Amino acid sequence: MELDDLYRRVIMDHYKTPRNKGAFPEGAVTVELNNPTCGDRISLQLMIENDMVTNAKFSGEGCSISMASASMMTDAVKGKKFDEALELAQSFSALMKGEPVEFEYEDIEALSGVNKFPARIKCATLGWNALRKGIESRK
Amino acid sequence: MNASQIRELFPILHQEVNGHPLVYLDSAATSQKPRAVIEAVKQYYEKDNSNVHRGVHTLGSRATEAYEGAREKVGKFINANSPQEIIFTRGTTTAINLVATSYARSVCREGDEIVLTPMEHHSNLIPWQQVAKATGATLKYIPLQEDGSILLEDVEHVITDRTKMVSIVYVSNVLGVINPVKQIAEIAHRHGAKILLDGAQSTPHMKIDVQDLDCDFYCLSGHKMCGPTGVGALYGKKALLEQMEPIEYGGEMIDHVDLYESTWKELPWKFEAGTPIIANAVGLGAAIDFLEEIGMDEIFKHDKAITDYAVDRLSRIEDLTIFGPLQNRAGLITFTLGDVHPHDIATVLDSVGIAIRAGHHCCQPLMRWLKVSSTARASFYLYNTEEDIDRLVKALYKTKEYFSHGIG
Repeated sequence: MELDDLYRRVIMDHYKTPRNKGAFPEGAVTVELNNPTCGDRISLQLMIENDMVTNAKFSGEGCSISMASASMMTDAVKGKKFDEALELAQSFSALMKGEPVEFEYEDIEALSGVNKFPARIKCATLGWNALRKGIESRK
Repeated sequence: MNASQIRELFPILHQEVNGHPLVYLDSAATSQKPRAVIEAVKQYYEKDNSNVHRGVHTLGSRATEAYEGAREKVGKFINANSPQEIIFTRGTTTAINLVATSYARSVCREGDEIVLTPMEHHSNLIPWQQVAKATGATLKYIPLQEDGSILLEDVEHVITDRTKMVSIVYVSNVLGVINPVKQIAEIAHRHGAKILLDGAQSTPHMKIDVQDLDCDFYCLSGHKMCGPTGVGALYGKKALLEQMEPIEYGGEMIDHVDLYESTWKELPWKFEAGTPIIANAVGLGAAIDFLEEIGMDEIFKHDKAITDYAVDRLSRIEDLTIFGPLQNRAGLITFTLGDVHPHDIATVLDSVGIAIRAGHHCCQPLMRWLKVSSTARASFYLYNTEEDIDRLVKALYKTKEYFSHGIG
């Protein structure tokens, strides 16, 4: 078990300078999710037009993995239609299971190492679960 | 016996985790088990296993003797007046729920008060919220000092003649603070209230005398004191237990059963419906023998010394914050390390074989009071050595280093 497999430079970069951190003044779909086993929480905001996620922001408290994953997800999902966004979430689940998956937004692939740290998978998926929930509430 | 010799008696501690010798610092979550306990459970299954209180055959008698023998051991261990005052439960959570559901729901009325503290574990919080909802009673909280301790003058203020129940943790699983429960019991009784002590974290570390504390109920978990998981106990004063109704019904707990009416066995069996937790109770009995052979006073001294040592070493680490009072604590240290998230601390520590807990420790209201979303916790027991603490300190420096520079 090598720590560097988990904490890749690109992950720490997203953790230390998260993309899309914050909230929209109005008009967004908001999803609040907790990870009740550890106290992490995320508030995800999606701007939606005609079955498309046009923009996304998040705020919350959590470990490097959960915050970096949310940061990447909000970047990757911008401009995606609902079906594409859900497919992306599906691919992320596959990545967590250790399957070789490629992403158009390549940073996400850095999270493949999480698979070797089973206790941390729930951290990585928190933001993605919020995305699913947000889209399903609007479908 | 010193900690290094005691370590030898715990098979699980002799293994490598991620290529490093295991350092187990999560005993407040669950303690490890000595060979004597593992053997006692194995012996029971290999030689005596049978159902209790019914078989006329020899194995049935042996199993009954072993199970009731374990009850006697628990009773003596906490100085109950009689083994009839010891109910075997699944653990502290079930014991508290039994008192809340059976006792508190029947005595609390609208306008009555139930007094707690903000440092309670969810298991000593939610059962009382449910009692309050069902009966119209009000929950009141004894405020905490800045370091997390309790002032008796605040207790005097919060407990009133309307208080029916006080339920409080003896040793906090987050702050490590040892609460002045004997004095709180005295105040509660002066107002005619009953008091329950959550002994999940105190029983493993110190000598418990329920008669001296004069608590009405005391709850403990076997698995935190070298016993198996799935067994614990409720102590209750006999007069109270006698007036309480069972909350589970079925086999074992009955006296006479008719088509429309039934009656219950006497104490303690009326609270133990179904086939009881026989093998694990036997294991808990063996754990008590084990602890008593070393001596609870010795264990308290060792755990205090190792905790003091850890407080001293950890507080030298820059950016490390320790929660709870630095004095008067038992067996654990909860901390944060700069802006490194506790999950990340726990993962780095695990990579060098050190097991700690990260999260909210089933104390979400206390986390909010501390203004953190989660914390890291290292907890100690009779098998931990100063070397374990030195490894922890070294690994914490590595964590700091890693999160400021080392990502490759």
